[in-house]
Amino acid sequence: MSLKKSIITTPHWNPYLVGAAIGILSWLVFLVVDKPLGMSTEISKWSGATTSIVAGSETVNNNAYWAKTAPKIGYSTIFLVATAVGAFVSAILSKDFKVELVPQVWADRFGPSATKRYVGAFIGGILLMFGARMAGGCTSGHGISGSLQLAVSSWIFFITMFIGGVIAARVMFPSNK
Amino acid sequence: MSLPISTSSTSGLVIAAIAGIIFGILLHRGRVTDYNVIVNQFRLKDFTVLRIMFTAIVVGGIGVFILHGNDLAAYHIKPTLLAAVIVGALIFGVGMVLLGYCPGTGVAAAATGRLHAIAGFVGMIAGGIVYAFTFPAIKDGFMTIGDKGKIRLPDVTPIPEVAWWILLVIVALTLFKFLPKAQKESPGA
Repeated sequence: MSLKKSIITTPHWNPYLVGAAIGILSWLVFLVVDKPLGMSTEISKWSGATTSIVAGSETVNNNAYWAKTAPKIGYSTIFLVATAVGAFVSAILSKDFKVELVPQVWADRFGPSATKRYVGAFIGGILLMFGARMAGGCTSGHGISGSLQLAVSSWIFFITMFIGGVIAARVMFPSNK
Repeated sequence: MSLPISTSSTSGLVIAAIAGIIFGILLHRGRVTDYNVIVNQFRLKDFTVLRIMFTAIVVGGIGVFILHGNDLAAYHIKPTLLAAVIVGALIFGVGMVLLGYCPGTGVAAAATGRLHAIAGFVGMIAGGIVYAFTFPAIKDGFMTIGDKGKIRLPDVTPIPEVAWWILLVIVALTLFKFLPKAQKESPGA
């Protein structure tokens, strides 16, 4: 197998290589479009769009939060969709695309019920986005893009998020064997 | 062509597509689209997430620092609202363990067939709605507690920027040296 082929088909790359590549990607977006990598602001716009469909655009227009981040399709929308496309293509090329209903570590702790997993994932998603919007960013916007600018808010986010996650993992997975 | 390109221009949207595709490939090949890898990070069993994030911060940060020094990049600092950042980050951490993804990795994971990540994405949209309706009640009170503005570490410490980067490189290399070696394929526990 040629080196080139193995890079395309191997499902796992060295984490330092991946981290360095994300760092270099950051240089490019700062330089070329003056827009740090981020994800959660865009998802909150999807929340606004959903609300607009369900409750009408008046509700969204009158909301103090969406007044700051009006839902519209743009750069970040393309970035989000392209992230999904990139992951999809990467999974197909490395034969790692698989329909997974319940991941292994979850099943070992909470059993094979897909319903239970979906409820957990849904509630987890609610907490994740609520926390991200309150803090002003997520793992990408704060954790990587903010920390690499030495922003105080982002380092507080990164460290606190990690501590919160470790405590949550202790509670959720008490037999830490 | 002068930089930066407007994000609303056609070329800006093409850049968004290219950057997003690369980001998605990197998240997948870095294994952070795997629930088991992320949850095992918080169980302190698999340090893939920290290895990727710390490398990205150091490599990205030194490059952006040099670009900024040459007037080729502007900083975008998020304000330090102490109460909001700390409470928000704690809620985020709990949500990340329950879902097993963060927003970016969740989107990427859903695209690799991990259907439970789609339930998480729907939850994220719901969480954004809950937050938008909570915001008016907290914006003038809670959200203003400990408002320190858009500050950077070199602004609030006697350590100059170059020294911060030397320090962070040393911290990163030390961390990488002493972190437990990568586990076998997750869910290797």
